[in-house]
Amino acid sequence: MDPTRNGPVRNGSTRDRPAPDGSAPDRSAGEVRVRHSDRPRLARHVRLSYSGTRQRHILLLPETVVVLNDSGAGILALCDGRRTVAEIAAELGTRYRRVPDDPVLDGEVRRFLARLVTRRCVELLDGSELPDGREHVDG
Amino acid sequence: MDSPFGLLAELTYRCPLACAYCSNPLNMEDYTDELGTDEWRRVLVEARDLGVLQCHLSGGEPLLRRDLEEIVAGAHEAGMYTNLVTSALGLSRRRADRLRAAGLDHVQVSIQADEPAVSDTIAGTPSFHRKIEAMGVVKELGWPLTLNVVLHRQNIDHVADLLALAEEVGADRVELANTQYYGWALRNRAALLPSRAQLAAAETVVRAARERLRDRMDVVYVIPDYYSRYPKPCMGGWASRQLTVTPNGDVLPCPAAQSLPLPRAGVREHPLSWIWAESPVMTAFRGTDWMPDPCRSCERRELDFGGCRCQAFQLTGDAARTDPVCHLSPDHAVVDQVVRAANEEARPADALLVPRPHRAGRP
Ligand SMILES: C[S@@+](CC[C@H](N)C(=O)[O-])C[C@H]1O[C@@H](n2cnc3c(N)ncnc32)[C@H](O)[C@@H]1O
Ligand code: SF4
Ligand code: SF4
Repeated sequence: MDPTRNGPVRNGSTRDRPAPDGSAPDRSAGEVRVRHSDRPRLARHVRLSYSGTRQRHILLLPETVVVLNDSGAGILALCDGRRTVAEIAAELGTRYRRVPDDPVLDGEVRRFLARLVTRRCVELLDGSELPDGREHVDG
Repeated sequence: MDSPFGLLAELTYRCPLACAYCSNPLNMEDYTDELGTDEWRRVLVEARDLGVLQCHLSGGEPLLRRDLEEIVAGAHEAGMYTNLVTSALGLSRRRADRLRAAGLDHVQVSIQADEPAVSDTIAGTPSFHRKIEAMGVVKELGWPLTLNVVLHRQNIDHVADLLALAEEVGADRVELANTQYYGWALRNRAALLPSRAQLAAAETVVRAARERLRDRMDVVYVIPDYYSRYPKPCMGGWASRQLTVTPNGDVLPCPAAQSLPLPRAGVREHPLSWIWAESPVMTAFRGTDWMPDPCRSCERRELDFGGCRCQAFQLTGDAARTDPVCHLSPDHAVVDQVVRAANEEARPADALLVPRPHRAGRP
């Protein structure tokens, strides 16, 4: 642990961020493709938590804190390694009263997860893979 | 003013090792009156109330505290992510089991080199094999493992072997951190600062490894600020996101800040919330109002916050100057000179190091 670098804080918003020059949205996480059949779960070293002081959900990593917005927290709460991405999007669609198979919501969920996979916060189990018995969230 | 995210709890400065690159303070005798278990547990609750989410347990060697389990449990009960930063000496299977039960989330083990002889020489104690064993225990108990290596002139040429070792022990993260020149490292700077050629070679290796290991291991590489055009964004800004509590209860924005001529503020005398919000040591350089030129009018002032206050103080005698590492600093020549010396042909690769003593008053 470097004494001057302790603990970067990241913004884990579900909104697509503009590129540094303010033009198109950031698609840097686009390398990871999240499929509808993938079953996402939190990586083993990551914990989903709530900060009363900030009234925000938070992802805790060994040296990083990711501050989530409400929709991000809603997505991650469903990432249990059993539900597929399609099921998560459908469940959120009902919750937010969107039309069935809303492409905007679907894209938002998949891009958000892709960003977290790139940062190794979320793991994708293949659609055909059965989730093992390991608990997905410690506490 | 934001609330802090992380607490660095420096439980003791005692240590069974004697690394010459250690960033711990030189004046260790000022920190021998260590906080007790109940005091730490109270500090952790106060920190939680302030908004702290992560607790890094460090030192010195935190395992030398017999009450480490109770302190970990306090942080865990306060809902924090708990991270043990250790040399791994003293991490027996039994101790590890107890720490696991107390709620410890993550373990970072530091190693001095990839081969036993060099590692033990830098550590000043036979320790390499015990570290490897302890890493096995960490993995066995299912903890995520970070391997920490401080890079310098005497081990940076081995960065490929260090990465191979990280793979071998099954690390989830490896942090290759170029030495930051504070404490004992500053005293040993001439023997520790690598040459430009050494750095270039290491960076090529790291870049390739990062690509190759992308799905398996996080490879963190901390660049050496003496070789950068701009300074590091030290601590993400003075007293902005992190706080440090030293073994005797002093509260600081970062561990190195103990060297600055600022009035001390301790948890034995004051509530943590007051210290964070109002004590002079926290407010001295918070934000951008304190900045002199060239920082004051620079468009990077919210990106690097003018660099490190401790480094400015160490190198210029004035903590409120631009970090001399910045090429725009009027004091940049002092850094230039040190870098030039490190690149002289005649400079030996293995100059003698001054070991850090194990404890105050008994070198
Ligand atoms: C001061 S040590 C205390 C914990 C434990 N004794 C150890 O060495 O792992 C905390 C962390 O800082 C790192 N460290 C020590 N001196 C440093 C320096 N001058 N620059 C960068 N990192 C340093 C260590 O490798 C360790 O990961
Ligand atoms: S001497 Fe080495 S092991 Fe001990 S505290 Fe310093 S860096 Fe850690
Ligand atoms: S002048 Fe100051 S703000 Fe600008 S880059 Fe240098 S240190 Fe950073």
